Amino acid sequence: MTRQIQLFAGLVLLIAPIGCVSPPGTTPRAFVPRVVNRDLGDVVHGTREDPVSGDPQRPVDEQQVPGSDWPSPVHDNQPFTFLRAEQLELRVRDGAPNISRWDVQGWYGRDFEKLWVKLEGEQSVEGKSEGEAELQALFSQLVAPFWDFQIGARYDREWGPGPATDRWFGVIGLQGFSPYEFETELALFVSEDADISARLTATTDFLLTQRLIMQPRIETEAALEEVPKFEVGQGLNYVELGLRWRYEFVREFAPYFGINWIRNLGETEDLIRRGGGEASELSLVLGLSVWF
Amino acid sequence: MILGGCRLGESRARGSSREWDPADLIVSTRDVEIGGRTTTATTLNGSVPGPTLRFKEGDQVVLRVQNRLDVDTSIHWHGLILPPSMDGVPGVSFRGIAPGETFTYRFPIKQSGTYWYHSHSGFQEQLGMFGALILDPLEHDQIESDAEHVITLSDWTFEDPMRILARLKKSAGYYNFQKPTIADDGLSRILANRAKWGAMRMDPTDISDVTGETYTYLMNGRAPESNWTGLFEPGQSIRLRIINAAAASYFDVRIPGLAMTVVQVDGQNVEPVTVDELRIAIAETYDVLVSPTEERAYTVFAEAMDRSGFARGTLAPRIGMSSEIPARRQRPLLQMEDMGMGAMAGMDMGTMNMEPDSPDADTGSVTGMPEMISDGPAKGGSHADGTHGMGLDEEAEVPEWARSIAHGPDDHGPGNSMIPEFTKGRLDEPGIGLEDAGHRVLVYTDLRSLVASEDQREPDREIELHLTGNMERYIWGFDGKKYSEAPEPIAFHYGERLRLTFVNDTMMNHPIHLHGMWMELVNGAGEHKPRKHTVNVKPAERLSVDINVDAKGRWAMHCHILYHMDAGMFRVVEVRERNGNRTNLLND
Repeated sequence: MTRQIQLFAGLVLLIAPIGCVSPPGTTPRAFVPRVVNRDLGDVVHGTREDPVSGDPQRPVDEQQVPGSDWPSPVHDNQPFTFLRAEQLELRVRDGAPNISRWDVQGWYGRDFEKLWVKLEGEQSVEGKSEGEAELQALFSQLVAPFWDFQIGARYDREWGPGPATDRWFGVIGLQGFSPYEFETELALFVSEDADISARLTATTDFLLTQRLIMQPRIETEAALEEVPKFEVGQGLNYVELGLRWRYEFVREFAPYFGINWIRNLGETEDLIRRGGGEASELSLVLGLSVWF
Repeated sequence: MILGGCRLGESRARGSSREWDPADLIVSTRDVEIGGRTTTATTLNGSVPGPTLRFKEGDQVVLRVQNRLDVDTSIHWHGLILPPSMDGVPGVSFRGIAPGETFTYRFPIKQSGTYWYHSHSGFQEQLGMFGALILDPLEHDQIESDAEHVITLSDWTFEDPMRILARLKKSAGYYNFQKPTIADDGLSRILANRAKWGAMRMDPTDISDVTGETYTYLMNGRAPESNWTGLFEPGQSIRLRIINAAAASYFDVRIPGLAMTVVQVDGQNVEPVTVDELRIAIAETYDVLVSPTEERAYTVFAEAMDRSGFARGTLAPRIGMSSEIPARRQRPLLQMEDMGMGAMAGMDMGTMNMEPDSPDADTGSVTGMPEMISDGPAKGGSHADGTHGMGLDEEAEVPEWARSIAHGPDDHGPGNSMIPEFTKGRLDEPGIGLEDAGHRVLVYTDLRSLVASEDQREPDREIELHLTGNMERYIWGFDGKKYSEAPEPIAFHYGERLRLTFVNDTMMNHPIHLHGMWMELVNGAGEHKPRKHTVNVKPAERLSVDINVDAKGRWAMHCHILYHMDAGMFRVVEVRERNGNRTNLLND
C-alpha cells in the first residue's frame, strides 16, 4: 500500500514539472521548514494535467445543488447542560444546632430556551432531624440580553420535629445579571391556597485576586398575606445577608468560608418567637461551590 | 515539534484492514508532541501544521483529500478565488467529506501570494488541521528576496474545544485571569470600575474569550520553548510569510532589532511600508521583508493581543542560537471609545462644554452624542443642519471612512447586549494595547495596493451588517441573529459593485472573512484600495469594503474567531443574477 502511494506521488511529481519551479531568488532550503512526510513530500505540488476526468468550468448551478443530506455549516443551536451547587455548606450557628444547607441550580437547553431546576434546603446535623427543602422546575426564556423570564412550579416540604408538611406554588420570575453586576433572581410565588409571596436574591463578586473572590449576598422575602401554619407574616418578613470568600482552584471548584446573618421581621418574627424559635441567627459558614 | 510523519501502514495496523485509495492529503487523528506534552491532534499528513502546499499561478490543481477520521471533514482554501463547489464549506459548497471518503478538489490557480488552508468542519481547525498555501506568480515575483520562511501562528489547547465552548456558554469570562482585582488595582479603582463598566455589565479586560490560560501559542507548530528557528545569512533579504492560523487569537508580531517592510497582505502585494510591529488578525496573512545584517539571533515575538501569552521563534544564522525574549507588556484595558462612547472623530469636545481632561468627559459625552449625529444621512454623516459646533473645516478633515454615525433604533434583540451610541472608522488606529507601543505599528490606512484595482466603479448598492453578540450568554451573530435564526442567504447581485459596511456593535475585535470574492478595503487609498479576504473590525468600528460581485454561487461569510462562528456569527451569501432569477442553487 505504501509503495502504491509512493509510486503515485512519484507519478504526480513526474507529470508536474512546472509545479516544482521555485520563484527566482529564493532558496528552497531555507523555505522548507522541515520534512514531515517523506512518503508524500512536505511540499505537495500542483499538476498541469488533470489526471482524473472532471471539469471545474462546469456551470455553477450544476455543481452546487445542495442535497438534503448536507449538514448545517455551523452548529450554533446545540443544547448544553449546566449544574451549579452555589452553596453546599455547614452553618455553625450561635446558640442553635448546626445545620447543613444547599442551594443547587441547573439547566438544560439552548441559548434562548432552557429547562431550569432549582433545589435548596437545609437539614439539622445534630439533635433531632429537622429540615426543609424547596424544589422548582421552570421553563426559562431569554427575553432580554441579560434576563431570563421563568415560569413553573415549586414544591416545599418541611419535616421534624412535628409531622411533615408540604405545599405547592406556581412561580413566575426573572433571573439574570443586573446593572452594576448583580446576579439577580426575582420570583413571585402563588401557593396552592392562593397566598402570594415574593423573593429577591442578589449576589455580586469582588475579586481580591484572580482566584480569591469575596461575594456579598442578599436574600429577602415578602408576603401579601399571613400564613401562620408556615410561620409567614405579612409584608417584608425575611432578610438574609451573607459574605463569603471563595478560592477558585479552578473556576468550577471553589471552597469557601463566610458569615451569614438571618433576620425574620414583622409578624414572622412574632410567629417564630411564639413557636419558640429565634428571630435572628448568625452563623459561620464553611462550604464548597462547584459547577460543571 | 516533529511528528513522526504519516506512516500510512501504521494507521491500517491500528484497526481497519481497508485498503486506502491513493491520496495527497490524509486527514487523521494522531498523537503529536506540543511543548513537551503528548496530545492528540487532527492532522494533515500526520503533522501540525499540515504540509505547506505550493502551486504556481496557472496550475490546474487536483488534490485528493482522504478522510480517515470517524467524523466528516473538509478543507477550505482560504483566500482562493475558485469555483464555489471547491470552496470546502460543508453545507454551503458541498456535502463535506465523509469518513473513509477520498474527495478530489479540482480548481485552477488564478492568483499568487501567501494563503493558507484549513478544515471548515467542527473544531478541526483548532485541533491542528491547517497549513500554509503558497502560490508562486506566473511571471517573476515582484517581491524579491534571497530566502523565505513561512511563519504560521496558531493556538493549541489540550482541552476539548467543545468543552471550551460549553464553558464560555456557562461562564463567558471563564478563561480571563486578567480581570481587575482589588490586589492589583486597589479598592477605589475597583469601585470606580464598577460604577463605569459594571453599570453596563461590561468587563474592560474582555479582550479575548480564550486565552493563554488554556492556549499554548505556536509558531510553525512549535511551543515557545521549542524555539522554531529560521536560518539566514547576514546581508540577505528574508521574506517572512506570516499567517495567523489561530482559532481565537490575535497576535502582535515584532522582531526586536529588525524593521519589517510589509510588502503583501492577504496574498496581495501592497506598497512597501516599514514598521516595527504589526497586529495580525485571525486568518490574515502578512508578508514582510527583513534584512538582518549582523551574525546574531533575532527573536520573532508574537504576543497574544490580550498579553496572556506569546508564540516565539528565532531567526538565526545557525541552528541552536537564540536571543532575548521580550517581556510581555501589561494587559490592555478597553476604553469607552470601544463602546462607541468616547471622543468622536472630527468633533471638538470643547464646544460641548466639557473639559476634555476631566475624568467624566468620556462618560459625560454619552448623553450629548446621539442627537448631534443622528440627523446625518446613513452614508457619510454630513450633518444636515451644520450646527452643534461641527465646523465645516473640521468636517472636511475627516475622511469618508472615519465619520461617526449614530446607531439606529434597532437594538437587535436579546442576541445582542451592547449598542454603541455611534460607530466610526478606526482604520488609522493600531488597536487596543498598541496605542503606546513607542514604535511604528502598522495600521490599515498604511495599506495601499501595489497595483490599482481593475474595478474602479463606485458602489451601486450598500449593505450594512451589524456584528452583534451577547457576551454574557456567548451568543454571536449578525444583526442580532445567529446563523440558525437567519439561514436564508444574503443576496448579492452578479456583476454589481457592492459596498458592504460592517458595524461592530460589540466591544471585541472580529476578523470577518468573505469567501469567493475579494473585499477592497475603503481606507482612503483611492484607486489603490488593498484587496483582502479577511478584515479586522475593531470594537465600535464602522468599516466598509467594496466588492466586485463576480462569482456566482453560494459563499460563506463569517467571523474567523472559531468560537464566534460556531456560536452563530456566520452567514451564507448567494450571488444571483440581478434580474432576480433564482437558479436551482437553493432548495430551502
